[in-house]
Amino acid sequence: MELEARLDDIRRFAEENNVDVSAQLAEIEARAAELRRDLYANLPPKDILQLARNPKRPSTLDYIQLLCEEWVELHGDRLFGDDLALVGGLARLGDHPVVIMGHQKGRDTKDNIQRNFGMPQPEGYRKALRLMDHANHFQLPIIALIDTPGAHAGVDAEQRGQGEAIARNLQHMFSYEVPILCAVIGEGGSGGALAIGVGNRMLMFEYAVYSVISPDSCSVILWRDKKHIEQAANALKITARDLKQLGIVDEIIPEPPGGAHRDPQRAAANLKEALLRHLDELLTLDGPTRRTQRYEKFRAMARFQEI
Amino acid sequence: MDLIEWFKDRRKNGRLTKEQRQREIADGLWTKCVSCAALHYTKDFQLNWCVCPACGHHERVGAPERIPQLVDPDSWVSTDDHLLANDPLGFNDIKSYPERLAQAREKTGLSDAIVTGLATLEGRPIALGVMDFRFMGGSMGSVVGERITRLVERATAERRAAILVCASGGARMQEGVLSLVQMARTSAALQNHRSQRQLFVSVLTNPTTGGVTASFAMLGDIILAEPKATIGFAGRRVIEQTLRQKLPEGFQTSEFLLKHGFVDRIVERAQLRPTLARILRLHGVGQVQAYRPAPQASIAQDQQ
Repeated sequence: MELEARLDDIRRFAEENNVDVSAQLAEIEARAAELRRDLYANLPPKDILQLARNPKRPSTLDYIQLLCEEWVELHGDRLFGDDLALVGGLARLGDHPVVIMGHQKGRDTKDNIQRNFGMPQPEGYRKALRLMDHANHFQLPIIALIDTPGAHAGVDAEQRGQGEAIARNLQHMFSYEVPILCAVIGEGGSGGALAIGVGNRMLMFEYAVYSVISPDSCSVILWRDKKHIEQAANALKITARDLKQLGIVDEIIPEPPGGAHRDPQRAAANLKEALLRHLDELLTLDGPTRRTQRYEKFRAMARFQEI
Repeated sequence: MDLIEWFKDRRKNGRLTKEQRQREIADGLWTKCVSCAALHYTKDFQLNWCVCPACGHHERVGAPERIPQLVDPDSWVSTDDHLLANDPLGFNDIKSYPERLAQAREKTGLSDAIVTGLATLEGRPIALGVMDFRFMGGSMGSVVGERITRLVERATAERRAAILVCASGGARMQEGVLSLVQMARTSAALQNHRSQRQLFVSVLTNPTTGGVTASFAMLGDIILAEPKATIGFAGRRVIEQTLRQKLPEGFQTSEFLLKHGFVDRIVERAQLRPTLARILRLHGVGQVQAYRPAPQASIAQDQQ
């Protein structure tokens, strides 16, 4: 980044003084791109965590705009209210009408307050459930984009049954016959992420994270201070690469150098290609087979020994 | 000095370690209620279901004590005790995960945080899982998830009612996302069970929190809770930090959940077995049934 600022300085200086440095500049730029590639190819988990939480990182609505040809947002859980931290509706992806939904973080402070920093209340999960029921009823594939620090923790959320709302989604997602595609686009925060994360396929962006507990909280609980976030981030295996190895993630979606926020169009194009490819595969199967496939996929997710 | 004073003295002078105080229940002649400090003869206390006769406080009970309270004598056959935890992440904090596991096994004599098995309850066939909070806070990792999944699958196949007695702090973070997905796996098995019109009763005991609350605990066709148990999704401290204020009295208790419509009944421990028996009876569990086809998937029905 520093290098880029210097390059801009040189360019300005050259223009002002009418000196042709374009050849040298191109060389330096190429070198910078290469360096960035190397740097980002081997980022430690704590840096990936920073990228996943970058406030400029595209969230669900940004991707919906970039992925979909048509989009009609639908609101409300029909029970209590409309949660702006979890958005969804009807859309067209390629040739396919779909129901697409996801966690929505705010784009600025005001937006973030409205959207509760992407942390849904129970009514958010019940809106998702209502949309998924709708999708299954009308045989529309479900696409779920995951980007949340976690489900909201508060008195109101407990009163309205945050645990029940998440549990109900998990159960129902195993009953659907339509294809379900999930993608972690930013932060996959624990139960709040899993509540829309039961799919036939799990995709994950290169610099997204998915974790049972935030490294911050893990540090406090296990080390009893906030100084061990880096160790916690390493120990928890939260990166796409680790989770692919553990069999949780099916495919890693590459990001442009420097992260999705540097080139959202390209990130979205990569995601769209993968979504359409998996969707085409799943559409060749019949409904009960898709349901069984989802069950078998999760059935295999455990590591233990039998003695 | 009378006996009670002698006990008080022993505590005041710090001659009892925390471990020893806990052992008063297992080895000691006397047991002190942690709620009202009344002393009870341990045998009487156990005969009273580990409920304080003075104040009604429901002391935590481990799986080995709980199971005989619920099942018919000599009917219990444990399942999947041969499944043991791995260390899939190579997890290390202050202690390594294998060290923590070894300590928990030593402390409890159990192999993981749930004991599962098949039994009868007043003659009716059940598949029972009982969690044990003493084993790493009753946390759910691969083994807990696998044991529950196998138990429920077996219950579905053998037309048994599934009963899960919950006591858990949530997911076992030492297994990372592998522990998180156990919420989904157990819910999947219960969805199948339900789709075959088979009964699942969950019993919430102190404490039931985190990932267990956000999965099978809240998926009971019938949900029972013991009095004054802590039940919730987010931890109390987490909420206090978010809100920066003290939480109301009675927040996240069984009574709170009953009031807000998330549990069916609060049942005292002594009434748990008869209540479960009645529920099983009213659902005809174990009776030869008239043919009731399992429901087809919703899409097929909608097309008809």
